[in-house]
Amino acid sequence: MDVHEYQAKEILASHGVDVPPGTVAFSPDQAVYAATELGGSHWVVKAQIHAGARGKAGGVKLCRTYHEVQQAARDLLGKRLVTSQTGPEGKPVQRVYVEVADPFEREIYLGYVLDRKLERVRVIASKHGGMDIEEIAKNTPDELLQVIVEPAVGLQQFQARELAFQLGLNIKQVSRAVKTIMGAYRAFRDNDATMLEINPLVVTKDDKVLALDAKMSFDDNALFRRHNIVDMNDPSQSDPREAQASEHSLNYIGLDGEIGCIVNGAGLAMATMDMIKHAGGNPANFLDVGGGASPERVATAFRLVLSDRRVKVVLVNIFAGINRCDWVAQGVVDAVRAEKIEGVPLVVRLAGTNVEAGKKIIAESGIPIIQADTLAEAAEKAVAAYQGAK
Amino acid sequence: MSILIDEKTPILVQGITGDKGSFHTKEMIDYGSNVVAGVTPGKGGKTHHGVPVFNTVREAVRETGAQASITFVAPAFCADAIMEAADSGVRLICSITDGIPAQDMMRVKRYFLRFPKDRRPMLVGPNCAGIISPGKAMLGIMPGHIYKQGPVGLISRSGTLGYEAASQLKALGLGISTSVGIGGDPINGSSFLDHLVLFDKDPETEAVLIIGEIGGPQEAEASAWIKENFSKPVIGFVAGLTAPKGRRMGHAGAIISASGDSAAEKTEIMKSYGLTVAPSPAEFGSTVAKVLQSA
Repeated sequence: MDVHEYQAKEILASHGVDVPPGTVAFSPDQAVYAATELGGSHWVVKAQIHAGARGKAGGVKLCRTYHEVQQAARDLLGKRLVTSQTGPEGKPVQRVYVEVADPFEREIYLGYVLDRKLERVRVIASKHGGMDIEEIAKNTPDELLQVIVEPAVGLQQFQARELAFQLGLNIKQVSRAVKTIMGAYRAFRDNDATMLEINPLVVTKDDKVLALDAKMSFDDNALFRRHNIVDMNDPSQSDPREAQASEHSLNYIGLDGEIGCIVNGAGLAMATMDMIKHAGGNPANFLDVGGGASPERVATAFRLVLSDRRVKVVLVNIFAGINRCDWVAQGVVDAVRAEKIEGVPLVVRLAGTNVEAGKKIIAESGIPIIQADTLAEAAEKAVAAYQGAK
Repeated sequence: MSILIDEKTPILVQGITGDKGSFHTKEMIDYGSNVVAGVTPGKGGKTHHGVPVFNTVREAVRETGAQASITFVAPAFCADAIMEAADSGVRLICSITDGIPAQDMMRVKRYFLRFPKDRRPMLVGPNCAGIISPGKAMLGIMPGHIYKQGPVGLISRSGTLGYEAASQLKALGLGISTSVGIGGDPINGSSFLDHLVLFDKDPETEAVLIIGEIGGPQEAEASAWIKENFSKPVIGFVAGLTAPKGRRMGHAGAIISASGDSAAEKTEIMKSYGLTVAPSPAEFGSTVAKVLQSA
């Protein structure tokens, strides 16, 4: 799960990381009020969306007057912001963050990730903040600083101090940077984050160290024990179908093809998409109905897949293990009747336990379902049905 | 022979009295697995499916000599259950549970380091379908009847894609020595590599099929090792060619977030280290058959 910049900063601040004064606003008037409350003479108004690269896309505006603050908020709120990370449809801006803009001397990169290879938290820092980490890694790989956290004891002061000195900070700045590096680590660990990026972390003329931008992602598997994070969820930032799917604990990801997929198991679902591509078609979605493809879940899956207007054919691929094919077949037949699916060719491939009984139920249902025996046949028939329907 | 388990392996079920634990215990016993004990804290002293139930793993191991365990424990408590099994001397722990927090798994892996290498338990999963040595024993949740006994070793991150492979092999009359599901989580117990080492020493295994997916360094790591060390032919496949970047494809671990994570890149790596790559997920069986014929 992702959170907004202002939420990430709230979390960081509560762990001792210094951030510039700022307030979230939902309307232009609120933005102006925020600026008056914050004081100062310069503010930045930042679109709050779950994606980076906002600056280049016009989502961050520097303002010198209250009027400019109001204008900036008006320009951003209610729009969809398209950045290099959002995809062409962009993300809706429903909140802006108004922050005091003070000049700074240096920009630093500071990031924390769960390293899958090392199975530990890796802290990454660079003197070259402000650009994204891929660029830093490409342009100045030798200057990328790294620290690996030993999980039994956590990040140690000396590690943070080493990083701070390597970043070329003076002694006054070092002690503040250590506080930041340690605090951000605790924010990461204590909230089950999977990614935390402070970019840039800035150093001001009076030696303050401030998190100017912040991004955090959290482990979905740990949300059961992170109620504070769950409360920060902003459903407007995810695809409505994906949000609907997750309500039914289905895994759905929208793509841009024409063949809708309903599959059990994540690996088989990916393989089915690959197979459609291999057969010359394009998958419309990834959808894992889970190990137990119960009739209710299958029905919900149909509703979801068919809510995508681009879908011209639906391919159901269920490898029944403990759930039996006859049961799954009945679920498919019931769902087709209940959802009144017409005009969309339906290809069903069942395999595994009680496959013959399952096929018989489908054949005798009177519904024009195209049956397939193998994965290859299913994909070919789905692509052929799409070409026939076109 | 086979790897990890056979019909003699004494098995313990953690969470035996829960719905899933109970159902799959029955399935495992029916398949021929030697289930000797169950553990559910607070239900000690009872029997379930004719199996004695204990309050703690330590007690169960002491009383029954169980050597392998399978966990049907809720995600919030599963890391604890895995460490309990490890600490009680269980040598093979198979965790079916889907949804364990990554930081919990980090702690589990760190905890395992307290055991010297030759006595460190093998953890399979979490978020996996388990292990089956066809015709001998099952320590998992797969439909046993789709597996035929034979010379192919199978390692798969995905459960159902592993089933797909097993049934394609069976349709061609080919069988499996042991099939291991290593699971779809970003931090998991054992890797492709850990099981390849065992398959290398298993005389019954003549070739190995490894089925990976997007995300993580495991497939590349295994491929490099295969080229240097493995004496048998290996067939590989990576699911997720059509997966978009930065999206989690069902499995917590199936996400393209770093370079080298995509299916196309991993497939190239496999080829460069001399693995035979199945051209599509519909050709697991035929590719393995071809490789076995030419070997």
